[in-house]
Amino acid sequence: MTASPTLSPDPAADRAAPPPGRRFDLLAFARKHRTILFLLLLIAVFGTVNERFLTLRNALNILSEVSIYGIIAVGMTYVILIGGIDVAVGSLLACASLAAAYVVTNLIGGSPAAWFVALAISSAVGLIAGYVHGKVVTKLHVPAFIVTLGGMTVWRGATLLLNDGGPISGFDAAYRWWGTGQILFVPVPIVVFALVAAVGHVVLRYTRYGRQVYAVGGNAEAARLSGVNVDFVVTSVYAVIGALAGLSGFLLSARLGSAEAVAGTGYELRVIASVVIGGASLSGGSGNVGGTILGALLIGVLSNGLVIMHVTSYFQQVVIGLIIVAAVAFDHYARTHKA
Amino acid sequence: MTLLDVSKVSKRFPGVLALDHVRLAVGAGEVHALLGENGAGKSTLIKILSAAHAADEGTVTFDGHALDPRDAPLRRQQLGIATIYQEFNLFPELSVAENMYLGREPKRLGLIDWAKLRGDARDLLDELGLPLDPNEVIRHLTVAEQQMVEIAKAMTLNARLIIMDEPTAALSSREVDRLHAIIAGLKVRGVSVIYVSHRLAEVKAMCDRYTVMRDGRWVASGDVADVEVADMVRLMVGRNVEFTRRVRQGPPGPVVLKVEGVSPRRPRLSAPNYLKDIRLEVRAGEIVGLAGLVGAGRTDLARLIFGADAIASGSIKLDDKPLKLKSPRDAIKAGVMLVPEDRKQQGCFLDHSIRHNLSLPSLGGLSRMGQWIDENAERDLVETYRQKLRIKMANQETAIGKLSGGNQQKVLLGRSMALAPRVLIVDEPTRGIDIGAKAEVHQVLCDLAAQGVAIVVISSELAEVMAVSDRIVVFREGAVVADLEAETATEEGLMAYMATGDRPVSSGMEHRPQ
Repeated sequence: MTASPTLSPDPAADRAAPPPGRRFDLLAFARKHRTILFLLLLIAVFGTVNERFLTLRNALNILSEVSIYGIIAVGMTYVILIGGIDVAVGSLLACASLAAAYVVTNLIGGSPAAWFVALAISSAVGLIAGYVHGKVVTKLHVPAFIVTLGGMTVWRGATLLLNDGGPISGFDAAYRWWGTGQILFVPVPIVVFALVAAVGHVVLRYTRYGRQVYAVGGNAEAARLSGVNVDFVVTSVYAVIGALAGLSGFLLSARLGSAEAVAGTGYELRVIASVVIGGASLSGGSGNVGGTILGALLIGVLSNGLVIMHVTSYFQQVVIGLIIVAAVAFDHYARTHKA
Repeated sequence: MTLLDVSKVSKRFPGVLALDHVRLAVGAGEVHALLGENGAGKSTLIKILSAAHAADEGTVTFDGHALDPRDAPLRRQQLGIATIYQEFNLFPELSVAENMYLGREPKRLGLIDWAKLRGDARDLLDELGLPLDPNEVIRHLTVAEQQMVEIAKAMTLNARLIIMDEPTAALSSREVDRLHAIIAGLKVRGVSVIYVSHRLAEVKAMCDRYTVMRDGRWVASGDVADVEVADMVRLMVGRNVEFTRRVRQGPPGPVVLKVEGVSPRRPRLSAPNYLKDIRLEVRAGEIVGLAGLVGAGRTDLARLIFGADAIASGSIKLDDKPLKLKSPRDAIKAGVMLVPEDRKQQGCFLDHSIRHNLSLPSLGGLSRMGQWIDENAERDLVETYRQKLRIKMANQETAIGKLSGGNQQKVLLGRSMALAPRVLIVDEPTRGIDIGAKAEVHQVLCDLAAQGVAIVVISSELAEVMAVSDRIVVFREGAVVADLEAETATEEGLMAYMATGDRPVSSGMEHRPQ
């Protein structure tokens, strides 16, 4: 066969990239970097209003706070990228950390490796619970929101059953180091968060698995027909966020000196908000770890700044809620009104 | 008496004259067959009648009044023109009665009078002889029953003309008989029907008059009683084939793909025709075209070979070794690739870059330790296929959703080619893309065959099947009805097989023994 190679003109392809040397577009710049600009604005405002805000001590304080839920937010980035959701992370955090603390204090009290056992158990409990969430989603085809909503009460209930709702404390110094210690003047939770975020970013950006996460969220059927093991990707993502919730729970118990049944209450909202403010789409397929980190920092700075300004925690909840809605509304506006 | 009179109607879309001075006259109480190949302009004409499109030129007279081309679709329904598309316009979670009277529910004191709604619906259904429960939810109905709801809905608006687009494409033969009985009932009530179908035996059996369209033009009209099926086929086809025909390149190689009597484990709801004992052989370097009407089972077979649907019985062999496929992943590993029929739903990640779209299944080979993507190698791969397939794109990072259909299709072809498959199945590879890009896609398939790939092409365009195939296998209602050398195939002959399953009387085509 001899085909006539008449190339059709394709205006869409030419439109795809802006011509080089276009003048600086302030609106487009602001849209692209909106999260970091808003973060800088908040820092400037709080710094001007209160002199205690812009101190190294307060900065580390904010970062320590952010680290605890930021670790989970890295996992939530993956979950939201595949078009899923996990509202059980707060309960799972409490359940995993209390289970770990229970074993450490009641069964192997006084062992020098107590911190390691606690870290392993807390992560493993989270991993297994998350794996179960993933299996129910993929095998029984229950929507992720329902599965994890159920998980939210199941794990909280299990936590309360474990120690009649009471806290467990009395950890040794090595255990406490994970929450209160420092590495080169940087609090340990911040270091752990940085590591988790770095691994989370690299896996998503540079590995085949990361590509498959984007593919599943972008178009699950097309991913399946491209040879992606969709069920594996979905299950693994829930297992990983479970493990990260467990890790976060361990750090929180080390920081506070006790594992509490009510720990992590409301974390699911903070974590999801971090990812969404960071620019990820709840329908899946777009978002990244960098955005999530900015989103988590923004929430952390806002909470801290409002506390320093003596705004009540009740009002803080109102403000954070409004900001989440505003971020998503702006995102939608930006997507539908292309410059 | 003429109910509908379409005169000199033209419609232009960017780059195409879809309708060119078309005419159509339908009498009261008449069942009028609208015939033509894919792309003949039938759908455009229907959309002009239902006001989904506005005509650029010409007049449409209905019941003695000229219609305003700028009417809203609702206005046409109120005038008495109802259209039943292949995709039904029903709300799956609402009941039959609610769907029939949606937006026009009987009210009492401002609230919906449910008793009257159900009563009215039941009366009308009984009157039309439709065996439906007005309280049943649409979701629970079969395709045939949903079609009845559409007819009943049209009659609540006192429709005087019902346009049915391929009404029997997804029906079993018993359901077709029932539909024909319903249409006969409508006729008695003085309702006219425009019946769009490729199934000429049905047309012959139940239509009064016919109009044939070809390439956007009116070709012929007349009484169905005066013509034979073969005459209608000749009228529909009589056009130049715009593609150069492929010439078989030397003797074919050994059999690569062998399908023996497969049937799917769970037939898809959209496909009532189960595959019946399908046998298919494809040799290395050979292109086999699958011809057939929509719903004849070609796509279902492709999905089975690719592991996208599970097999209940039969076997698929690659190089004479049985394939056990649990998922498309297994098929890809074995060397079978599918370019799916629905580019947007099943092929593209529309918001993702061309690079990510093209390389996804090949990433294993492009990664160190199976995970660490070598992005330079990936870019080289994409660049190779950009050149090879002449993909027009600004750069690799452009979202695939911004490309034209033809270029999207080339990216998907590149995705499959990058895996160097033994067997490549392409389902409707040129649907909705322009003629230049079509010829290029055909050339790509021929080049692949020259490299020894066994290729299966599914297409609803007969001209395309004839142009690219070495052999043509014709499907009808889930079974293979013919297996022919493409060189001797004629469009009339293929159409006859597709529509009736019968061998054409005088086509001169050679039938291969199976």
